[in-house]
Order: sequence, then structure tokens, then C-alpha cells
Amino acid sequence: MSTEQSAVINQTLQVPVTTDARDTIPATNEDSDIGILRKLYAYAWFRKTLVLIIIAVAWQVYARNLGNELVFPTFGATLSAMWEQTVSGALPRSIGFTIRVLLIGYSMGILLAMAMTRLAVGSKLGNDLLEMLTSMFNPLPPIALLPLSLLWFGLGNGSLLFVLTHSVLWPVAISTHAGFRAVSPTLRMVGRNYGLSGWRYIVYILIPAAFPSILAGLKNGWAFAWRTLIAAELVFGVSSGSGGLGWYLYANKNQLEIPAVFAGLLALILIGLVIENLIFRQIEKRTVKRWGMHV
Amino acid sequence: MIMASLLEVDSVTLQYRTEQKLVTATRNVSFTVERGDRFILLGPSGCGKSTLLKAVGGYLAPAQGQIRLNGTRIARPGPDRMMVFQEFDQLLPWLSVKDNVVFALTSSGTLPRREAEERALHYIDKVGLAKFANSHPHTLSGGMKQRVAIARGMAMEPAILLMDEPFAALDALTRQQMQEELLQLWEDTHFTVLFVTHSIPEAVRLGTRILLLSAHPGEVRDLISNNGRDEVDESGLRLSERIHRQLFQQHPDKEISHVD
Repeated sequence: MSTEQSAVINQTLQVPVTTDARDTIPATNEDSDIGILRKLYAYAWFRKTLVLIIIAVAWQVYARNLGNELVFPTFGATLSAMWEQTVSGALPRSIGFTIRVLLIGYSMGILLAMAMTRLAVGSKLGNDLLEMLTSMFNPLPPIALLPLSLLWFGLGNGSLLFVLTHSVLWPVAISTHAGFRAVSPTLRMVGRNYGLSGWRYIVYILIPAAFPSILAGLKNGWAFAWRTLIAAELVFGVSSGSGGLGWYLYANKNQLEIPAVFAGLLALILIGLVIENLIFRQIEKRTVKRWGMHV
Repeated sequence: MIMASLLEVDSVTLQYRTEQKLVTATRNVSFTVERGDRFILLGPSGCGKSTLLKAVGGYLAPAQGQIRLNGTRIARPGPDRMMVFQEFDQLLPWLSVKDNVVFALTSSGTLPRREAEERALHYIDKVGLAKFANSHPHTLSGGMKQRVAIARGMAMEPAILLMDEPFAALDALTRQQMQEELLQLWEDTHFTVLFVTHSIPEAVRLGTRILLLSAHPGEVRDLISNNGRDEVDESGLRLSERIHRQLFQQHPDKEISHVD
């Protein structure tokens, strides 16, 4: 029994597994009557792992039958391409480049969003300005600004950062501002009762009180930034040899290195999963969930 | 020099603006609160008693008249007038019970961190929540949250504690228990409290002096000294019954006797 279980787990270590902390085993008095498989089946992580294995097997079988690595490489070929590309340093280099640009753009977007929101809570005119700008720019897909961005900032990081900042700024500003406005009058009065005003009032009262909404904005901003950056990188690889993941996909496709393209896609999925499910979920667990603040 | 009263509310008219019109909450209200008073503002809904309390808190400037604390005109909110609200969300949900009290003390510059912690634990213990010092507010019951708010208010050792119907959202049993606890705390430290309520029994149980306000706009009907025993006087009525008549009968104004 236990060998069967560990075999299943070993086989799935390569694929991302999302576990749900709230899973529990249904209570039972007759352990002996129920097989280990059935008990494991009660766990969501086990069922999800099973689904992943099924997908991997189906992929492998289909690709092998197709027998055309230029169109659809097997799961095994993708994994070995990923390994080779990782060892050679090509894939980590691209990932590093993309993450670096992403972090810079993300931070710039957040800083600008904070500055705009500060202006908006400070005066009625600032409030109107933010509302006007967000309603104008939020519906505009950031990638649509890329041609203009290329004209203004040239073929380089500047263009990427401009588009990225734009993709983060509006969703974060909207949620932060909405969060500030939803802070209860009682909490506001409590903060002023302590004699807090200006920056201290914003930092110690408004930001934590609006944090559920701010965090939702940060998640949204992240999702926009991630998708926008990969799309922008696909359009042009930045100055020779130092392109990000988008460029990695594009370049490998041109060289008909299709398993490497699949490996790149798998890397994109993994990074997305790690950031959305690990980082943001951890922040959520330690803040809004712990504080009992739900949106 | 004449020793001024702790709090002087001097011919105060309060107005606030709604979407359509200017509402007069109170008109020409005057009273003084002395140190150690448990001063009750009692009146039906709409008599402007909460608005009056907020004006004392410094959240609202009088349209006419003046409010002075220790002889100084009140211009803005401040930690010398700690508020205890009715709403359970008055605690900062991101801070533990202890940190809620500590933060009040440190952010207002009342005490440095270490002494603030000591004092916070002392007052949390006083309201019987020592075991919950590290819990977050959302894990507490409504009554416990109000106890924390009271502990926070008392820990600041303000000139006056302003309580805005702090027990109104609690069930009857908890409310009674909290009233007794508040009296117990007062026996310990004799803090000054200005307490707003619309409940006659609560006013009679808690107050040393009760200011009766009429509705729309709030005007002073009477100021009553009270010993908390709800006694029968020569008219054959209990104090609570007399207050009820004064507040809810149509034309008793001319017969009001001033007990002062």
C-alpha cells in the first residue's frame, strides 16, 4: 500500500501541485475497511495530482502517436528540453531578465498609484483627476500603447517599463482609492481621536484598513503586468542576447526548437502559479485572513 | 482665579448639512461637567445627543457657542477626549487586543512603547481580558470588543471619556453586565465620563447627573441629580417614570422643576 502511495507521489514531483490547507479526512471509525486509495481520494491535493498525471499521460500518448516533434513534442521531450535549457543557463537567464523588468515596472506602477491616490484623498480636485484618468485609461489594453512606447523610448527596457507601469498603475490606483473610501467612519474617527493626521493617518489607519482592497488591486496589477510583459517581449526582443521569456519563446520558435518553446511555456505556467498561489496566498493568510478582514 | 469646570458647553447650537438641507441638531445647549462626574446625555433619537458628543470630541465645530475643556476651546479631536463608540468595528482589526491599546498610547505620543505595553496590559486585565491580550478583535464577542474599547479609552487616562451608546448593540444580559462593570471600574479610578444613551433605565443606573434633551432640535429639558437607586419622590413616581413623562408628554415643559 505505502509503496503504491509513494510511487504516485514520486511520479508527480515534477509537476506543480496546488494543495488546499482546508482539506480534511472524513472521520471514520472503521479504518480497516477502507482502502488507502479511498482515504487518499478524500484529499483535494491527491485528486488534483491524479488529474495532472492523467493530463501528462494523455499528452505523452497523443504526442507519441502524432510523432511530429516540430508541431507537438512529447511530455518527456519537453521535460528534457527544460532540463537542458536550465543547465545551459538559457532559460534561467530569460526568466531572470523578465522577472527583473517585471519587478521594476511593478514597483514603478505601485509608487505612481500610491502618489495618485494620495493626491485623490487630499483634495476634491485630486479625486476627480484620479477618477477621470482611471476611467479613461483602465479600459485601454496596455499592450496597445506599445507602438507609441517604441516611438518614445526606443527598442529597450524603457518601452517595456512604460507599458508595464501603465498596466499596473490603473488597477492598483482604482482598488486603493476604492479601499480608502470604504474605510468605516468609526475607524476614521478612531484614528483622528489619537491625533493622527496627514501621512501618519494614511500609513497607520487608511492603508491597513483598506488592505483587503489594496491587496486585490496588487493581485490584479500583477496579473495585468505579467500578461502584458510577455506579450510585449514577444513583439520585440530587447537589445541582442538579453531578451526575456517572451523573446525566448519567439526565438526558439524561429529556430524550430519546439520542445524548448514548450519548456518556456511550462516555465511561464510555473512562475505564474508560484506567484499567484504561493506569494499572494501567503500574504493573504498572514494579513487579511488573520485579521478577519474579508472583501 | 476661579477654578473652571472640566468641561463647559456654552450655548451650543450644532448644525450639519445633508444633501438637501441644513439640519439643526441641538439649539442653545449649555451644561458643565465636573471632574469625576458620570454625566449622561439622555433623549429620544434625533435629539442631537450623539452630535453633541462628537462636537465635544472635536469632530464638529459648533455653529454658535463654545465648548471648552479645562478652559481651552476645543478645536479638533485629541487623545485627551477618548471616544468609545457603539460600533464593534472601532477596534483596529489588524492589531491584537494588546496592540490596539498600545497603538493608541504610542501613536498619540502619550507613552513610549515599553511603558505603553505595561499600561495596556494593566487595563486589559482590569476589564477581564488578560487571556485575550494576543487575540485579534474578530475572534472576540461584541461585549468583549466593547470591553477592549473601554480599556483603550481608560488606558489613555483622558481628561474625559466620551461614550456614545457603547452598550446599545449588545444583548440585554451582556448590557446589564457591562453597566455593572463600568460602575465597578469607576469606583476604582473615578474617571470623568460623558455618556450618551436613549435608554432611561441605563441613564438612571449609570449617571450621577442626567441631562434631558428634547427632540428636533435638541434643547435642554432638565438636569437631574441621580444616585442610581431610581427612588420614588413625593409625586409617588419613580425617577425613571418621571423622566419618561418629561421626555414623552406633550406639554409638561412649564411644570418642570429644576433639580440641580
